Amino acid sequence: MVEVEIAKSMAEEVKLFKTWSTPFGLRVVWALKLKGIPYEAIDEDLSNKSALLLQYNPVYKKVPVLVHNGKPISESLVILEYIDETWKQNPLLPQDPLEKARERFWAKFNDEKLLQSIWGVFAKEGKEREEAMAASMENLKFVEEELKGKKFFGGEKIGLADITFGWLANLICVFEEVTGLKMIDERFPLLLAWIQEFSQHPIIKDAGPPHDKLVIKYQALYEKFHPAK
Amino acid sequence: MDEVKLLGMWLSPYSYRVIWALKQKGIAYEYREEDLSNQSPLLLQSNPVHKKIPVLIHGGKPICESSVILEYMEEIWPQNSLLSSDPYERAIARFWIKFADDKICGTKGEEQNKAIEESLEMLKTIEEDALGDKKFFGGDNISMVDIAFGGLAYWPGIVEKVVGTNLLEPHRFGRPQAWTKRFMEVPEIKENLPDLRRIVKKEN
Repeated sequence: MVEVEIAKSMAEEVKLFKTWSTPFGLRVVWALKLKGIPYEAIDEDLSNKSALLLQYNPVYKKVPVLVHNGKPISESLVILEYIDETWKQNPLLPQDPLEKARERFWAKFNDEKLLQSIWGVFAKEGKEREEAMAASMENLKFVEEELKGKKFFGGEKIGLADITFGWLANLICVFEEVTGLKMIDERFPLLLAWIQEFSQHPIIKDAGPPHDKLVIKYQALYEKFHPAK
Repeated sequence: MDEVKLLGMWLSPYSYRVIWALKQKGIAYEYREEDLSNQSPLLLQSNPVHKKIPVLIHGGKPICESSVILEYMEEIWPQNSLLSSDPYERAIARFWIKFADDKICGTKGEEQNKAIEESLEMLKTIEEDALGDKKFFGGDNISMVDIAFGGLAYWPGIVEKVVGTNLLEPHRFGRPQAWTKRFMEVPEIKENLPDLRRIVKKEN
């Protein structure tokens, strides 16, 4: 019995290179935990990247990187799809191809539009910030619309799109606190409800990172972007 | 079979990705050319979020974003597969498709030296890391990755026409140059490339 267990654990070696705060790494943590996959987390210092990270992700040199039995996979959405195809329990994507396409579309929307616009509000000043705020509101409206009649983007259960939008649940409040700007307010009741549902999920709740630590980090970053005159 | 429509644009590499995939899989479709400065009601209704092409409309249901469309097509029409069935091989392919999206996106013929510099960096990465000694990115047959990089096949021609420099000098990037030739020889590709004579050089 013991030999079988050892053989099994040796056969499935999963490592995750990330940082303590990266929302992209956190997505992968959520996916692994939702599927009950044991893994070893390696938190990198991005100002001093490990030789292993550079070896596993030579093209972008970024986190997260998942290494499964010695084989590296980079780019968080690519990793999520790999996890879903390799470990079939608690699927992150639906069976129906059209529904799958919908989830993938919204995951891309988050990464290519929403994230960027909200980051613009955080990092930019003056006219650029105003434009980023306007774009963010437009983008959030689309997301709100998509939630109509649904508990999660994936329907009754958390799926790929939820995991991708998940940063809204733990980082928006940090941004709002640090900038003093409210972004997701009563104009977005469905989003607010989703944030509650998502945050309260036992896997998500326990995964961290701690709110206070995030506030300190983003406060320092904010001051860098907006030095006192 | 349900009706298939493609809303595209004659010069867009993203539009061509879908055309090439449809041709590879032998899917009959109706093509509609869009004027992006004056989008059709069908486009605005089908892609209200981005208002962009390509959009595949299958049985009346729209699918947007070229990489999402290609994955959808692979599932609905598995013949002449463009993606491996092995999860790790698929992850590698998806990584390169995202790389192509990140690097080629926004690189128009009018872009200046910075874009060209970045493109040369990109070509180097492709040559060393993605292609290696393979015939195509997919191995012996073209795959989704070849299609994603397919814009590289004709886009240097555009750059040359508009900016005046030849990007893929033979001695500099041997393997992408060779890949480009082989890619453009594939019948479904050869018969579906933009007519560069339609491009008028912009005077500065």
